[in-house]
Amino acid sequence: MIVSQFLVLSAALFALGVYGLLVRRNAVLVLLSIELMLSAVTINLVAFGAFHDDPLFTGSVFALFVITVAAAEVGIGIAIVLMIFRARRSANVDELDLMKW
Amino acid sequence: MEWFDNGWGLSLTVFLPLVGAAVVMALPRRNELAVKSTALVFASLSLLTSIIVALRFDYGDTSQFQMGTDLAWIEAISSRFHIGVDGISLPLLVLSTAITVLSVIYSWNHWPEPHNPKAFLVLMLVLATGMAGTFVALDLILFFVFFEVVLLPMYFMIGIWGDRTKRRLAGLGVEVEMRLYASIKFFLFTLFGSAFMLLGFLALFFKAEPNTFDMVALSELGRAGVFTGTFGFWVFAALFLGFAVKVPMWPFHTWLPDAHTAAPTVGSVLLAAILLKLGTYGFVRISLPILPQQAQDWAPAIAILAVISIIYGSLACLAQTDVKRLIAFSSVGHMGFVMLGIATLTDIGINAAVIGMVAHGIITGLLFFLAGSMQHRYHTREMSRLGGNMKLMPVLGGILGFTAMASLGLPGLAGFWGEFMALLGSFNPLDGLNLGVFRTAMVLGAVGTVLTAGYLLWMLQRVNLGEVPAEWASKEFHDADGFELAAWVPLVLATLIIGIWPKAVFGATNDAVVSLVERTFG
Amino acid sequence: MFLAAEEGEKVELVGGFLAEWAWLIPVVPLVAAAAIVFFGKRLPYKGWELAVGALGFVAVYGTALLIGHAMTPMGFEDHVTLVDAGTVPGLGDLVLEWGWTVDGLSIMMYFLVGVVGFFVFTYAKGYMEGDVRFTWFFAAFTLFAGTMLVLVSAPNMIQLIVGWEGVGLSSYLLIGHYWEDMENVWAGNKAFITNKIADIGLFLGVIVFAIGAGSFRFLDVFEAVESGAISSGFAVAGALLIFLGAMGKSGQFPLHVWLPDAMAGPTPVSSLMHAATMVTAGVYLIARMFPVFDAPAVAGDIRWLLITIGVITLFATGLIALVQDDIKKVLAYSTLSQLGYMTAAVGAGAYTAGLFHLFTHAFFKALLFLAAGSVIHAVHSNNMSDMGGLRSAMPHTFRTFVIGSLALAGILPFAGFWSKDEILATLNHDGYTAALVVATAGAFVTAFYMGRAVFLTFFGEYRGQGQPHESPPIMTVPLYGLAAGAVFFGFLNVPGLYTGFTDWVTARVFVPQEYHPESIDFVVGGIGLLVALAGIAAAYVLFFRDAESQAARDRFSIPVLYPILENKYFIDDFYMKGIINPTRLQIAAAVNWSNDRIIDFAVNAAGVATRVAARFVYDILDQLGIDFGINAAGAVTGEAGGALRLTQTGKVQQYAAVVVAGAVLLAAGFIIFA
Repeated sequence: MIVSQFLVLSAALFALGVYGLLVRRNAVLVLLSIELMLSAVTINLVAFGAFHDDPLFTGSVFALFVITVAAAEVGIGIAIVLMIFRARRSANVDELDLMKW
Repeated sequence: MEWFDNGWGLSLTVFLPLVGAAVVMALPRRNELAVKSTALVFASLSLLTSIIVALRFDYGDTSQFQMGTDLAWIEAISSRFHIGVDGISLPLLVLSTAITVLSVIYSWNHWPEPHNPKAFLVLMLVLATGMAGTFVALDLILFFVFFEVVLLPMYFMIGIWGDRTKRRLAGLGVEVEMRLYASIKFFLFTLFGSAFMLLGFLALFFKAEPNTFDMVALSELGRAGVFTGTFGFWVFAALFLGFAVKVPMWPFHTWLPDAHTAAPTVGSVLLAAILLKLGTYGFVRISLPILPQQAQDWAPAIAILAVISIIYGSLACLAQTDVKRLIAFSSVGHMGFVMLGIATLTDIGINAAVIGMVAHGIITGLLFFLAGSMQHRYHTREMSRLGGNMKLMPVLGGILGFTAMASLGLPGLAGFWGEFMALLGSFNPLDGLNLGVFRTAMVLGAVGTVLTAGYLLWMLQRVNLGEVPAEWASKEFHDADGFELAAWVPLVLATLIIGIWPKAVFGATNDAVVSLVERTFG
Repeated sequence: MFLAAEEGEKVELVGGFLAEWAWLIPVVPLVAAAAIVFFGKRLPYKGWELAVGALGFVAVYGTALLIGHAMTPMGFEDHVTLVDAGTVPGLGDLVLEWGWTVDGLSIMMYFLVGVVGFFVFTYAKGYMEGDVRFTWFFAAFTLFAGTMLVLVSAPNMIQLIVGWEGVGLSSYLLIGHYWEDMENVWAGNKAFITNKIADIGLFLGVIVFAIGAGSFRFLDVFEAVESGAISSGFAVAGALLIFLGAMGKSGQFPLHVWLPDAMAGPTPVSSLMHAATMVTAGVYLIARMFPVFDAPAVAGDIRWLLITIGVITLFATGLIALVQDDIKKVLAYSTLSQLGYMTAAVGAGAYTAGLFHLFTHAFFKALLFLAAGSVIHAVHSNNMSDMGGLRSAMPHTFRTFVIGSLALAGILPFAGFWSKDEILATLNHDGYTAALVVATAGAFVTAFYMGRAVFLTFFGEYRGQGQPHESPPIMTVPLYGLAAGAVFFGFLNVPGLYTGFTDWVTARVFVPQEYHPESIDFVVGGIGLLVALAGIAAAYVLFFRDAESQAARDRFSIPVLYPILENKYFIDDFYMKGIINPTRLQIAAAVNWSNDRIIDFAVNAAGVATRVAARFVYDILDQLGIDFGINAAGAVTGEAGGALRLTQTGKVQQYAAVVVAGAVLLAAGFIIFA
């Protein structure tokens, strides 16, 4: 089994995620991009876990953690975005500079 | 009641007002009734405990400190919480708590601008603690703390609620706002004196073996002749400066007219009735017993300054146009009699001083109440604009007439005893004092009583008598109201009672003074 | 045992039921005065009934005491039953105390104050009817009598001072009764201040004696003076100082100036003040302390002074009375003149004669004032130039006024003749010839000005406004009561016939060594009477036949003397312009100036200098020096922060881009260097 294939996939996904994070103006899409980046990390973890033949399945366990954290993150993130949208009728990230100095 | 006699009674008297101040501070500012009632309750409780102290006091043994306690306080400098009263401090303690209660009652519907009863009452209660504490403290540091505690509330009272008119300082061309000028002058003047006083205390502390701030112990050392020579001279000078400013003696008196004139009514009352007594009390309690030799050296000088105060204060009164300023200057003269009594170093003189202090507290306090109420109604203190007060407000005018008569030392009223006995004492001062100085002082003091009568009659003439000026003729004036009478009538009665029955004061002071003089100078 | 005592010997104290309760005499009027202040207005007669009741009580009690005393002489003194006012320590038994005295001297005064006061108070109801401050007037009036009784009853000097100043206070209140008018207020102030000046003497005298004797009680003082415990130097000094006090109250030259001005008060006040209270206090004080003044160590040094002052007063003030137009002022100056007689008598050692004159004078002077008040009430003017011819309109007033005038002028057989004669006889016997001559001349002056007053007021044509009417009975009846005294009380002490008064007024403990005429001194008495008749005749010549006052005055005016007299020897002017005004205006202003410009200037200058120094320290050293460094550091930090904060855009994606860039850089670095 060759790790590099998984790594390439993961890197590609991560790059896509970074791109979306930096470029997208809609907060929901920004959150989706973050999910993409987390997925890339998860793929890495699972791949390294399988490759190492770890009796404790550390890689898979961490993958599960990441998935849980990602779900929680999305939950809170979407909730904030919804509140902001309600208050300002917009989910545009550029306009969210309330807390600037 | 064992606990009461073991210091709790005195501690309650002293600290109840402070507790009251804390409680008042916690109350909402807008609920004025609650604020006022709380302050009144705590002030009255303090008065009540002081009266219980007076009732439980053993009058057979007035020269001993009673009802007190002696607890560890600041170990590092061996300063102790040592309190107690004897026959000299007891009348003054009761006077201070009583005047506080009357001031609260008077304030009930007489608030100076800016209207803030809560803050005013808090300051008044803190002041009450300071005043009562000074009279019971038997430790120099404790005494000093209470002595200084008094300063701040009075500073704020004058500075915040004082007179806002502007005045140009003579000869300097600087324009000042009276309340700020007077409050700062009062504060700095007193602090100037008390700084030296503290130095004196420290000097005594280090000279005493073992080091102590305890007045009783220091008095014993003083009698044994520990504090003599140049050291004693400078210590007495330092203490003299501290107390003389507070009395105030000529030429340290100039803060007094300004502070009195600028202060709100209750501030003037407390200032005249109690604060001035702290100085004279300090002389009797600290300077004389601890430094007997120096007291004898300084006595002629003090007598001379006292007589200057009497004559000078009375003459200055004759030149005043402002009724409060006139009363303020009259304090200089009256306290001159008290100091003359002290300077004789005899039991007659010091008894005269104590009854003079009490009488001056009652009478001049009442005069300031009256002046304040008149200002409240006329919105002016200029005597040239007043007149016919007796016709507009017969009750207020009548009480003013009575009080003026008491103030000029009419025999049969309280003011007489202090003046007459001070003169009596200065005919025969302590053996060894210069007879010429004291007998001259006696004659000049007697001349001072004439001048006193002169300015008070003149004041009555300008304020109370004559036709009502056109300015007021068409106006409606309401005569003294219930709260005013409630504050004044006890003072009027006290003036009468002490006048007819001076034993009310002498009964407590006499033995204490006799033993003080005997032990110290005997 | 009292009567058996020889002159100069001590007698024992005896009292009785009446004496033990005599403390009520001062207390009842004082209580009544307080009651009138608080409840007077609600009573049917507005408080007058309390006042007259109190005085009636004193009159009855005083009379009872006098009768009791005449039967069994009393000498009683007590201190304890009232208030023990506390001990003055360090001087043995120098005790402050209240008490009361019952002896011949005080009984005479109780009787006098009570009886004369009762008549005056009765009269005052009519006189003061409709007054704005009717109730207050009677409160102060009762206080006046009450404080006088405190003074009289005093067994010690402290109580005497209390009563003494209390009398001064009440007179101040009463003289200034119409205080809307500043003139009256000034008169009240003048009385109070003049008396206060004299009180310096009283205070210091009391101090001298009290310290010397170790007690305030008169008896102890007498004993100390007698035994020599008080050295003669101190005793003389003390007596002089006490006399200074007496001069003030009894209006002796040159402290007499307040008394004529005191006429500003309502007439009943003048009447009581001149008769029984106030002015008699000074003479009473000398009488009370007579053992001191009479002590061999003192008398030699001080008699001449008392006589001189008395004689100057009696003559100088009598002359002023000649030129007064105000009928009350005539009477006022005549009072001063009569007080001069009393002082001279007491000074010469004629204790009984002086007191006897005080006693008779009280009746006829009270009468004269009340009668004058009745006239003033009728014509609404004090000036005799507005009167005249009132004889027919006011018959009762006329009759009583004439009786009073004859008594005052010293015409046989009225009271004034007997008392004045005794004084003259004593001066004659003791060899004070110069004083006798002046006093006799004074009798001429007295008769002259009283004749003038009678003729100008009751004879000739009426010169005033309106139609005068006789006063109501409540005013005229007391006039007759007092007139009876002015007629008959002279017979209480007729040498050779009946000398009850001499025994009555003998003070307890010490019987003064004095001269009592064995029989009437016909030479002196005859000369006195002739001189008085001559005075009346002179007045008749000048004023009766041509009662038009201006013409009479013109004929009477003596170029140099007249202006001097009209200006009262310029003494008032001297006091006012020479002492009072400079003190009140210039000296007081100078003191105030020095206060503001010197002492307070020093304080303020110190304050300002401190402020200047503070400015320097603050502006230059602090602000430009130390604080500049601190501020510079702060400013640099602030500026830097200001620049840097621009990078904080708040845009999340920019931050993320930076993070990514950083990560990329780190990764690149890792790759390159690893």
